[in-house]
Amino acid sequence: MTTAIILVLVALGSVLFHILSPWWWTPIASNWGYIDNTIIITFWITGVVFTAIVLFMAYCVFRFHHRPGRRAVYDPENKKLEWWLTIVTAVGVGAMLAPGLFVWNQFVTVPPGTSEVEVIGQQWQWSFRLPGEDRRLGTSDTRYVSSDNPLGLNPNDPDAHDDVVIEANDLHLPLDKPVKLLLRSIDVLHSFYVPEFRTKMDLVPGMVSYVWFIPTRTGTFELLCAELCGTAHYAMRGKVVVEQESEYQVWLRKQKTFAQLSARTRQAKETQ
Amino acid sequence: MVDTTIGAAGTIQPAEVKDVELYHPKSWVTKYVFSQDAKVIAIQYSITALSIGLVALVLSWLIRLQLAFPSSLSAIGPGEYLQFITMHGMIMVIYLLTALFLGGFGNYLIPLMVGARDMVFPYVNMVSYWVYLLAVLVLVASFFAPGGPTGSGWTLYPPQAILSGTPGREWGIILMLASLILFIIGFTMGGLNYVVTVLQARTRGMTLMRMPLTVWGIFTATVIALLAFPALFVGSVMLLFDRILGTSFFMPAVVEMGQHLKYRGGSPLLFQHLFWFFGHPEVYIVAVPAFGIVSDLISTHARKNIFGYRMMVWAIIAIGALSFVVWAHHMYVSGMNPYFGFFFATTTLIIAIPTAIKVYNWVLTLWRGDIHLTVPMLFALSFIVTFVNGGLTGLFLGNPVVDVPLSDTMFVVAHFHMVMGMAPIFVIFGAIYHWYPKVTGRMLNETLGQFHFWVTFLGAYSIYFPMHYLGLLGVPRRYFEMGEMALVPPSATTLNIFITTAALTVGFAQMVFLFNLIWSLFKGKPAGSNPWRATTLEWQTPETPPGHGNWGKELPVVYRWAYDYSVPGAKEDFVPQNQPAVARAA
Repeated sequence: MTTAIILVLVALGSVLFHILSPWWWTPIASNWGYIDNTIIITFWITGVVFTAIVLFMAYCVFRFHHRPGRRAVYDPENKKLEWWLTIVTAVGVGAMLAPGLFVWNQFVTVPPGTSEVEVIGQQWQWSFRLPGEDRRLGTSDTRYVSSDNPLGLNPNDPDAHDDVVIEANDLHLPLDKPVKLLLRSIDVLHSFYVPEFRTKMDLVPGMVSYVWFIPTRTGTFELLCAELCGTAHYAMRGKVVVEQESEYQVWLRKQKTFAQLSARTRQAKETQ
Repeated sequence: MVDTTIGAAGTIQPAEVKDVELYHPKSWVTKYVFSQDAKVIAIQYSITALSIGLVALVLSWLIRLQLAFPSSLSAIGPGEYLQFITMHGMIMVIYLLTALFLGGFGNYLIPLMVGARDMVFPYVNMVSYWVYLLAVLVLVASFFAPGGPTGSGWTLYPPQAILSGTPGREWGIILMLASLILFIIGFTMGGLNYVVTVLQARTRGMTLMRMPLTVWGIFTATVIALLAFPALFVGSVMLLFDRILGTSFFMPAVVEMGQHLKYRGGSPLLFQHLFWFFGHPEVYIVAVPAFGIVSDLISTHARKNIFGYRMMVWAIIAIGALSFVVWAHHMYVSGMNPYFGFFFATTTLIIAIPTAIKVYNWVLTLWRGDIHLTVPMLFALSFIVTFVNGGLTGLFLGNPVVDVPLSDTMFVVAHFHMVMGMAPIFVIFGAIYHWYPKVTGRMLNETLGQFHFWVTFLGAYSIYFPMHYLGLLGVPRRYFEMGEMALVPPSATTLNIFITTAALTVGFAQMVFLFNLIWSLFKGKPAGSNPWRATTLEWQTPETPPGHGNWGKELPVVYRWAYDYSVPGAKEDFVPQNQPAVARAA
């Protein structure tokens, strides 16, 4: 009896905790509302299954626990029941998978006309690069990394010269403009994670990965590293500021290009 | 499957074994230390695994203390924190769970349950244990090595695992990889033994479809492990080469703290594929023996045949096969080609179907049973609760779009602790309470057992259920501390303190369990040969604990499947597997 009651309390307690929990996802700030919807569908299906199974167990423990003279029913198989359960499960699984794959297709397909921004991770800071007036990012390679070229841009590539370099500072993005982040690391794995954007993707040294989204709300959002990257992993934070186009342009004009930064370091070296 | 007869008993050949064929031990050392008896090896494996598991338990307390009271413990810095989580994870997954299920339960139960005298290669079996012990010692040595153990996370992802931004880069990572290599060598020796014993040494009448599900589970898990561990083996060797010899298997050109290193052209993703090609089947290496054992616990203590035995066997095999085509669901956000997501999401959600069938059949076994709420049964029930809970959150993480916000957060930590931490450990506890009487001849204390169960089950559930919601909020895992994080409300700290309190309480209950293990060895109630009135062969041995060679002069003959509980018309509510059909009619 006690065991049955505790099982019921575990099932109902879990549901109550879910409903009353003050810990819930952050208000969304991107176009990935579909992700939240898929999570809600999944919560419903799994919640019903969990509650049903635990309550059924509680009922069995209550109804069929040992009493003198009780004998179990000899009941080896029931093909019909087993097939029904299999089919119902398959349908439930399909109901979660189908919307999931539908959204995943959107998640990995970048719409044409999306502007590109490069994110560079290194122990333990975030840097960014925006294409300059030619709207093209120049090539890069870890081999070019040096104190006056911290992001490893190709100095021989004319496309790279007008690229805007933001070293260890905040990234600004214009509101409602789709953006494709090209992710690159110069040392170890990192992961670009902004909870409000519902995006996360690893930065892998030696290759370029990507993720895209549309910022739909202005504000300053915390950028966290979500892939263990060494001792100061927990402190590898950044900020992404989403603002109106006009404010964004003001910010953009204050940033330095690769050519300006290298010229400045050259000058500094010469005067020394 | 109502399968109670095999041919005429008269056609069965006698199976006497001349005493000289049994390599009986000659001295104390060959009986208890360098023993070739699978039962002694099983106990050696179990004690070693539980001892190193205690180290991991203490590490978990330190981790939880840091998370609840950040920056108030001067002894734990960010480096130590990473070392603790790494060692905790690796010890629990490999050196405790894998070793205990296969080396411990596998060695003890396989020969007894299939009616064999021992494993088929007893000498190799002995060597397997000593290599495992060496692996454990090498792992422990890394705590004392300069720089301490590796802090690269239990996944050991390069490049950071072998670069200087990670603690334990000097010796820790080398010892870790060496220990894994040794473990796999030792396991392979044991594993081949388990597989060959099940296939070749079953007694007369023990057809495959009459084997208890415990044996099916351990057997399938061993086959999975023999196919999966080689991926970790080569991954470990290659990473060791990258670290020591400067090869570039996994290392692209990188800049470490401003210095260009000599690595060129390697692929960090290749390591992740190798790791998870092992790592995902590893989940099932732990889960499938638990599936098998819990089936037998439920059936025995509900006095009812397992529901849908044939479906259960096929589900175990299907899960084992599918476990090899789902590995990249750990890598949806790893930067691999995102189109792989479609394939791996589909396979991952398909594996939910045979898994769900198993759950249905467990609860349908309870239905119209005669449920004895013994400690093993309680642990079996708690297994179903935590396994269903953790399995269902797996459906969140297996779905790529849902995985994007949740991966690398505390949601994942909560999920895998529920499904492959708590659930299999509850089965281990249930199994220890169930088979301890056979191993020692004495019962474990029931009152202490009930106390241990309730504190562990309710405590563990209060640790991991709320933890999911921290992950939903966006709290990343492997964070030494949150620091200033706008998305984390102060109430999250309160929740962390609650979780830590629960964790310490559950830890305390394990001390009660250990006390019970030792106390009952001397003071426990004598068990007799078959205290649970079970049908399987290990309960029908002439001696308890079974002697060397298990069966005295003649091997048992099996006449029926393992689940003849409450057979209509039978006098007792169980019919042992070795009882001939004629005896029932009489």
